Amino acid sequence: MNFLQFMMANRQHIFELTLEHITLAGVATFLAALVGIPLGILITRMPKLSRPVLGSANIIQTIPSLALFGFLLPAPWIGDRAGRLAILALALYALLPLIRNTYAGIQAVDPAVVEAGRAMGLTDRQLLLQVELPLASGVIVAGVRIAAVLSIGLATIAAAIGAGGLGELIFRGLAMVNNDVILAGAVPAALLALCTDFLLGLLERRLGALRSGSLSLKS
Amino acid sequence: MTASSSQNAAIEFDSVSLRLNGSLLLHDLIISVKQGETLVLLGRSGSGKTTTLKLINRLLLPTTGEVRVNARRTSEWDPILLRRSIGYVIQDGGLFPHFTVERNIALVPRIENWAQERIQARVRELMATVGLSEDLLSRYPSELSGGQRQRVGVARALAANPPILILDEAFGALDPITRSQMQKEFRALQQRLRKAVIFVTHDLREALLLGDRVALLERGRLVADLPVKEFSSSQDPLVRAYMEAFSGLPEAN
Repeated sequence: MNFLQFMMANRQHIFELTLEHITLAGVATFLAALVGIPLGILITRMPKLSRPVLGSANIIQTIPSLALFGFLLPAPWIGDRAGRLAILALALYALLPLIRNTYAGIQAVDPAVVEAGRAMGLTDRQLLLQVELPLASGVIVAGVRIAAVLSIGLATIAAAIGAGGLGELIFRGLAMVNNDVILAGAVPAALLALCTDFLLGLLERRLGALRSGSLSLKS
Repeated sequence: MTASSSQNAAIEFDSVSLRLNGSLLLHDLIISVKQGETLVLLGRSGSGKTTTLKLINRLLLPTTGEVRVNARRTSEWDPILLRRSIGYVIQDGGLFPHFTVERNIALVPRIENWAQERIQARVRELMATVGLSEDLLSRYPSELSGGQRQRVGVARALAANPPILILDEAFGALDPITRSQMQKEFRALQQRLRKAVIFVTHDLREALLLGDRVALLERGRLVADLPVKEFSSSQDPLVRAYMEAFSGLPEAN
């Protein structure tokens, strides 16, 4: 039985695992954005925090993924379910690109434009929501893109702790010494990453054009 | 404190000094601008012109002395309300690149919660005031010429009809022909609107053309503050030096 025949015969199962995979990576990216983007904004307001915050996120990234899964295993509630644990670990990894890009994106907004806004009487909140975030949105979406692709790749390892996803096929294939089974997990995971990268890249370019004003959101 | 601090001064600097990070940027400034008057603040780069403007809209607060806007100390003003009552024009417009011309001009009226129809009418009125066609309303700043951007910058500053206007090298980025045209139009506009204006420039000719009074700033000190006619005949060595620097240009011969 070759690879394609294996894919066809198991399409229902592969489809379910793909959905599981998307859920793991998607929820993790979403949670990371929920924490990382506000943190990135915060450290532009409190520059003293930028070093410790970016440093911590950096350190998390250097922990090997299997070790991180292991560290989190004894945690209450989180450790009860493999899915929860995997999502938390993936979200921790995704934090760095989100914090860093939000921070860098806002820092890169032309200071003359920010000062003009302040001099016109915009409040800090208006300045953030109407000027800084829209102008930084391209760079922030680039961070989401990196985080999402990273999560999709790392989610394959989540199968090692029984969290499901396409990694299950990869680990099973490794145990069976069967390349077709490995590929049945690896190829859909790679395609998923490529598609996500492509779609978020489109959005990023659209938002990046805002900065120069050559494209509006409405068009 | 000074005898000149009259009741109707819109902007007043009362012995203002500013020290920032240990260096003295402004020293004992005394300036007073009445409603309807245009004061040009002249000086070379680094003389403290822009810093002086930032004290008016409370982007900075004086170390000693006080700055008063409409007889009220800037330190007592709510900075947001103060800034919305001062029109601010900077070099190349300082427009928001992600806003259309219409949204840029409507910035202050919008955050002041004007009704939509009133904003639209005001924006169109201002486009006529600064001599721009309404076709440009939906354009982005990057799609405009330098002169058009500067006009939009002036329109944005005038939007909520502030009594005070401050301009920082407003026409500095324009080519000479456009600049001269903008200067003439600005002078006509000011004769009509009668705002209290402080106009910062390093260009002597612009100063003499636009100002009722010219104040010369040198290393954070005010070395002259004279009516425009007296300025060009002043014997003050620093004023003379400035005059000579400009008279040496070939086109002045």
